[in-house]
Amino acid sequence: MTVRVQSGEGAALAHANRLVWGVHLAVAALLLLLQFVLPPFHHGMLARIMVLASYAIGYNLLLGYTGLMSLGHAMFFAAGMYGTGLTVYYLGFGALPAIVTGLLASIAVALVIGWITLRTTGVSFLIVTMMFAQAFFLATLYFNRITGGDQGLVLAGRLPPLHLGPLTLNLAQPGVKYNVALVVFTACVLLGLWLVRSPAGRVLVAIRENEERARLIGYNTFHYKWLTLTISGAVSGLAGSTYTLLFSYLGSSFASILYSIYPLLWTLVGGVGTIIGPLVGATMMTYVVDITSGYTTAYLIVVGAALVILIMRFPQGIMGAVRARWPQWVP
Amino acid sequence: MGPVSPLLETVNLEKWFGGLRAVHSVDFRLERGEIRAIIGPNGAGKTTFVSMICGRIPPTSGRVIFKGREITRVPAHARVGLGIAYTFQLVSIFRNLTVYENVALAVQRRLVRHSLDAIKDNPRALTAEVEGALAEVEFSPPDDRPAGTLAHGHQRLLEVAMALALHPELLILDEPTQGLAPEEIAGLGALIRRITGNVTVLLIEHNMEVVLGLSQRVTVMNWGDIIAEGTPQEIEANPEVQRVYLGQ
Repeated sequence: MTVRVQSGEGAALAHANRLVWGVHLAVAALLLLLQFVLPPFHHGMLARIMVLASYAIGYNLLLGYTGLMSLGHAMFFAAGMYGTGLTVYYLGFGALPAIVTGLLASIAVALVIGWITLRTTGVSFLIVTMMFAQAFFLATLYFNRITGGDQGLVLAGRLPPLHLGPLTLNLAQPGVKYNVALVVFTACVLLGLWLVRSPAGRVLVAIRENEERARLIGYNTFHYKWLTLTISGAVSGLAGSTYTLLFSYLGSSFASILYSIYPLLWTLVGGVGTIIGPLVGATMMTYVVDITSGYTTAYLIVVGAALVILIMRFPQGIMGAVRARWPQWVP
Repeated sequence: MGPVSPLLETVNLEKWFGGLRAVHSVDFRLERGEIRAIIGPNGAGKTTFVSMICGRIPPTSGRVIFKGREITRVPAHARVGLGIAYTFQLVSIFRNLTVYENVALAVQRRLVRHSLDAIKDNPRALTAEVEGALAEVEFSPPDDRPAGTLAHGHQRLLEVAMALALHPELLILDEPTQGLAPEEIAGLGALIRRITGNVTVLLIEHNMEVVLGLSQRVTVMNWGDIIAEGTPQEIEANPEVQRVYLGQ
């Protein structure tokens, strides 16, 4: 399952294949260049958006490519966040080992939760994942002497600078923040793209479309779904881990149901089953909230209205509407 | 050497749905290279019986033996790997994917089983295999439309192409001629005759013309039991079969 194959016939598809990778790398390049033209305020905003978009990319791997809708991904995001944040706070870990512990924590949680919850599908899967995530959320509150509960823990001053060869990076600096977020985001895009364009990705789409047929042409659909949920959880955990490093904070609110709903919302707005849809969705929602809350305290009404209009005009999400016009471009 | 074991054998195979006994302690043998038809009135347990052979539903009790190996507890996806392919009574394909992708999924399953390198080093191998599978059923897809928009007969042909792309030893066809036009039925019959030799075919069929024209042996089911088995001529002449099924 680690091999990649070009689907389709001959040179035309090899060309389309290059185009797909090109379009996604162009998005990353655009984000790289944006930091030189945007005013400083937007650096922090975009860094946050890129991390949250990485989270939504992880979420969308499961929803968009196997059709499983989870309401418990905050558990994976928070597992990464606590795995990283707690080791920095209590054990004085540096950024890299702390990211590794965060990743391992989210992978472990995803493996166990997936093994249990993937016996269900549809609404049952939604409910069961939500219940586990609530249990996780309550546990972070219950163990507040360690986790800090809903007050959370502040990492400022505890994280040693990151040494990468000759480079010494202070993650509190805005420029470093932006580029670390960009690296993580690009890694998630490429991982997602590689997965969905691999032979395994073809099987995932088959499971979404008709699971019984997929089983009866010989695919162990449980294993494929388990693999995808684990990768989805790991990407979500990486995002949580990066979030806590860049914004020096970890707290129970990131394990709450709201943080399970957000990636679903961003994905639906941006386009289910597209790799950059989550970025578009996260950017739109963050900026709509930011801009409207500057004008009125009743900004949620505006956000709600914007969502209603979006869903009515683009039921497949923004990138879904784009893909309908250029089918080869947006996987 | 003792007697050659049959390709497929079931021993006391039984299925209950709640209080309903759908299949009643069925002993069944299928020899290599046969085209076998299973006939019987609606609700006789035919689909339930073959579903236990392909692993789609688990039996309540009894055993399924394929190529001399017990497979009763082997899950459906692994039975495909052993050489059992199944087409559904109601056409089941990936409706939103193209014809190419549909067949490619089946081809990929087999290529990955034998050698990862087959598709890693040469993606065109996949394309060649897909084209081969479609040529085998003499179907050339009109374009890249989703498979669900094809005519019913073409969807049926596509499902058979997917099954054949798995290179099965046992092909189970559940009412393949249902809803097909007469010339499509003739085409499918010719196709089935063409592939035997490599493939053993187990066929649930209502169309007696197809059954009599294709199969070497016929098994008749009623109320979950096998009530008769024999050549098409013997079955036609069997008074009990005439009473329960042929309605004469």
